[in-house]
Amino acid sequence: MNNFLETMRRRDFLTRASGGVGLAGLAGVLAADPFAAKAPHFAGKAKNLIFLYMEGAPSQIDLLDPKPALAKWHGEPLPPSMTKDFKFAFIKPNAKVLGCKRPFQKYGQGGAEFSDWISAWGPIADELCIVRSMHTDAFNHQPADLILFTGHMLPGRPTLGSWVLYGLGSESRDLPGFVVLSTGKNNMSQSAQWSSGFLPSSHQGVLFRRTGDPVLYLSNPKGVTAEEQGQDFGLVGELNRARLDKTGDREIASRIASYEMAARMQLSTPELLDLGKETAAAKAAYGLDQETTRAFGTNCLMARRLVERGVRVVMVTHSSWDQHTELEKDLKKNCDITAGPVAALIQDLKQRGMLDSTLVVWGGEFGRTPLGDFRNAEEAKAGRDHHANCFTMWAAGGGIRGGVTIGKTDDLGLHVTEDPVHVNDLQATILHCLGFDHTRLTYRHMGRDFRLTDVRGQVVRKMLA
Amino acid sequence: MGKLRLDNETVAARAAQRVAEMTGAAKMPPGGPLPAEELAVLRAWAAGTRPWSFAPISRAAVPAGRNAVDWFIEKSLATRGLRSSAEADRRTLGRRVYLDLIGLPPAPEEMAAFVNDPRPDAYERLVDSLLASPHYGEKFARHWLDLARYADSEGGVQDYGRPFAFRYRDWVIQAFNTDMPFDRFTVAQFAGEPVAVGFHRQTITSREGGVELDRIRFEQLLDRTSTVGTVWLGLTIGCAQCHDHKYDPISQRDFYSLMAFFENADELDLEPPQPAAYRAERDSLVGGYGIEESLQFWEDGMRDALANPGKRPLWDVTYDSYSKRVDHGRRTLLKKREARTAREQDALVDYFAQNSAGAIGKAKFDELKLKELSEKLKKLDERFPRREGVMTLEENGERRPAHVRIRGNWADKGAAVEAATPASLPAMPAGSRDRRALGEWLVSRENPLVARVTVNRLWQELFGRGLVRTSEDFGAQGERPTHPELLDWLAAEFRDTGWSMKRMVRLLVTSATYRQTSDAREDLTAADPLNTLLGRQSRLRLPAELIRDAALRVSGLLNQKIGGESIRPPQPDGVADLQYSMKWEETKGEEKYRRGLYIFLQRTAAYPLLMAFDVPDRTVSCSRRETSNTPLQPLNLMNDPVFVEAARALAARIEKEPEATRVDRAFALCYGRPPAGRERDAVLSHVAKRGWFGASRALLNTDEFVTRE
Repeated sequence: MNNFLETMRRRDFLTRASGGVGLAGLAGVLAADPFAAKAPHFAGKAKNLIFLYMEGAPSQIDLLDPKPALAKWHGEPLPPSMTKDFKFAFIKPNAKVLGCKRPFQKYGQGGAEFSDWISAWGPIADELCIVRSMHTDAFNHQPADLILFTGHMLPGRPTLGSWVLYGLGSESRDLPGFVVLSTGKNNMSQSAQWSSGFLPSSHQGVLFRRTGDPVLYLSNPKGVTAEEQGQDFGLVGELNRARLDKTGDREIASRIASYEMAARMQLSTPELLDLGKETAAAKAAYGLDQETTRAFGTNCLMARRLVERGVRVVMVTHSSWDQHTELEKDLKKNCDITAGPVAALIQDLKQRGMLDSTLVVWGGEFGRTPLGDFRNAEEAKAGRDHHANCFTMWAAGGGIRGGVTIGKTDDLGLHVTEDPVHVNDLQATILHCLGFDHTRLTYRHMGRDFRLTDVRGQVVRKMLA
Repeated sequence: MGKLRLDNETVAARAAQRVAEMTGAAKMPPGGPLPAEELAVLRAWAAGTRPWSFAPISRAAVPAGRNAVDWFIEKSLATRGLRSSAEADRRTLGRRVYLDLIGLPPAPEEMAAFVNDPRPDAYERLVDSLLASPHYGEKFARHWLDLARYADSEGGVQDYGRPFAFRYRDWVIQAFNTDMPFDRFTVAQFAGEPVAVGFHRQTITSREGGVELDRIRFEQLLDRTSTVGTVWLGLTIGCAQCHDHKYDPISQRDFYSLMAFFENADELDLEPPQPAAYRAERDSLVGGYGIEESLQFWEDGMRDALANPGKRPLWDVTYDSYSKRVDHGRRTLLKKREARTAREQDALVDYFAQNSAGAIGKAKFDELKLKELSEKLKKLDERFPRREGVMTLEENGERRPAHVRIRGNWADKGAAVEAATPASLPAMPAGSRDRRALGEWLVSRENPLVARVTVNRLWQELFGRGLVRTSEDFGAQGERPTHPELLDWLAAEFRDTGWSMKRMVRLLVTSATYRQTSDAREDLTAADPLNTLLGRQSRLRLPAELIRDAALRVSGLLNQKIGGESIRPPQPDGVADLQYSMKWEETKGEEKYRRGLYIFLQRTAAYPLLMAFDVPDRTVSCSRRETSNTPLQPLNLMNDPVFVEAARALAARIEKEPEATRVDRAFALCYGRPPAGRERDAVLSHVAKRGWFGASRALLNTDEFVTRE
């Protein structure tokens, strides 16, 4: 009781101290209780964010943005006039075109177009707002990851999830507010996707690990039972309370609160991870009964369970999409791993009435070129290079208008021709759905008010419900 | 200050005035009235573009016989009707000054010696002995290494290790221990012995395929330039890479002129000649694989790709990757074989043996058994580790032409610039425009910033927050000093008495202000909740490294060896997998108990304790750490095997005592004080249930243990 009062008193004091400064005053409050939920600028439709990050850059040409015109150019270089302004990562402007072999079909009332490899998305087509006119500034993975998640190409800034946590706080008192789940190979940017940058580190994403404890040091040490652990936590609390009484330093009340939360985390995480209460049908829908889909499907299911328990942001990363070679084989493999579980997640959220308040975003850091990467002598093993000028992403759920496809690219997939959406615009839109004016969600650092969208970003109205 | 800037100011003032008038109901500017905050920015701009920190340092008089710190602090408290707090008790003070000066809690015997020292200057004597301790350098190096963004790996996708980066870290420790005057310390890092210049080699790099080498170099120069701004000038000049600084008188031209000092510097790893035994073994090993013909074919292919990009995609990619992964790879490739150094040739052959399968064909790669060769080369390298090198910069003689980059875009060159210091600061003397001249200019008497910025950081280290809280930003957007006269007095004292850091530290910690109790006081809590007036001391959570040091020290496990290669303490499986290329080869034996300062700093997969307790990621310079409070911290201290081992060792240590004195011994070790009755009861009843291991775990987890009071 004593420590609860202390914590409340402290919070009350800080609220008064920051006297109506709003988010600008947050920096001071954070030190007090990094866990408290906070109000956004206005009532956003979404309360939670799940970002399905397909790291490495899936080929939009072979999945979501059909380009039949490429067929007649297949194996030929494009006229230099069309490619002279291009910068590619590996191929040169004289590279030959790689046609697309995929058949496409329309789905849902909105007529979303999916290639055969992602036909599993048919049933969710009308939930999605597909944006074919995405573009970004960088054509290398690391800077592109950074600009997608931090709004800027150089390292050191907070990521999307950290900004959201900073703005909204967490509703969970016994789980971290920002969780990262990952599968796949060649993950390049790593913590660039979940770092808190210059925000206090309590805003950092917590990577649930694939082996051992999902959260580092979550288990009791070897030979220490749950009861003993509880007793040891108890003595820490007693000694801390004695010190609080002696010194009167209210920081000690915060320390007591974080020890209590850690103890609760140890108790509640096993329940989170125990899928025993999920129905067989749900597990099958997420692909938990299939070797191919099990790992990614488990992460998708876990994303729903985390959001259910009040976790603010979940990143689900699959990082094997960099098909410079073996496009046919490896792109299909990635689709086989991810398409079913992604559809299951959207349907599950919908069925549980959670989709309205959960914003789901799918995509990679850039797109892939219509020109082929023919480093492999066998043409059947060709792939595509990085393409910053246009790519496709989608969003669904809280605040998003489903069943539409926005933006157009030219016949060859070289440029955006209609409704360009820069990654900073996407960020502005995501924040809007969560109740924030992206120009006002700021943090003072090194003498400047920084924001996720750097100096740009406009909310994409066409994406909104 | 030229006439032009004055004119600009006049123009600015008029513009602000006009906009202010227009916000009246009668004349709206297009788009509606300007928001008040934007107007305020415009007004501030107009009010004068020189921040307070650009004014010359002025030293106010202090009455004879008074400690200057106390004089100024008490004066400002008095104006608000407040007074200082009493001196902390000796035990609190002893633990405080041990933690602040050497970063280690005192042993019970050391504490007893201090507490029982009857001499009037017992405290000053203790301070002097701690300043003379070789651990003083370790404590103060930590903060400088944050500023220098020091790490043991290079960042980026591969995040390769930098096997001899630690030489720079050790140089910093020694510089603090020998109390190298700050002006010399500065110049050394610009143009002194090669290891000191390693300061500028702590930039991150990228080896990602498809990234232009010129771009990587440009980003490193950006970082070097911004870092000089943060560390010495206390200015956020990085803002000016894209546009003139909005708030401070640093133009984009200033930024690129400063950057020009680094244009003629190439990265250089200085290494002693390879041991003859290594050379002989290596030559005979490589000679046995008959790689000559394929190596030639491979080199020719890459040279052809370099000359004819786009001709053969496979070779474009092969060259691109090689040029990123092998330092100075292009230069090596274009040199004739005879002209290459042994190390250059080795680097090329190593890369060939590891990565040429795609280019020369899998069949040939297998036929030559290159995988086997590459494994053997790796084993050989492990037997002859490269610890002796030094990372530095070499002046390549010719200065590359420097340009403003439009909107910070490296490919978009604007006006040509010469190496020069910012126009709004006192000018550099005529003469040479090299890095030495830049270093000397920084610590010149006329430069008002460096002394202020540096004493402020020492203050921050000892009081938890600087007199200027934003210790990285002394510009218009940073906070104003809480005690401007004191800051100036300290800056003048520092500069005028030979830039001795130990002397300043001694001055600060012997002040009555430093020696006050940190207990909360009701009148102060109401009047000065953040304790900016220093009516008492502050309780400060220890930095990550010192939490580990304290646990190892009180449990008797700590290995106090100073300097040397970084260590990799045990960490859970999988942590290092986050990182692309390096294995976390656990350090065994005594070495693993060395201080936290020596933990291998792997940029992309930081050691969990460091991450949980706010160690910066070393991407860019960091002038002050956050102090967060998260549930991951208790999990780390309760359950990390390192801390569990410390708790066991502490329990064993306590159990050696007679039963009656165990609780006292435990508190003496952990907190340097006897327990209160309530604490004694709590611990004893816990020991009855859990034994001393359980109690020791709890003692290492209290707020007091991780706090310097």
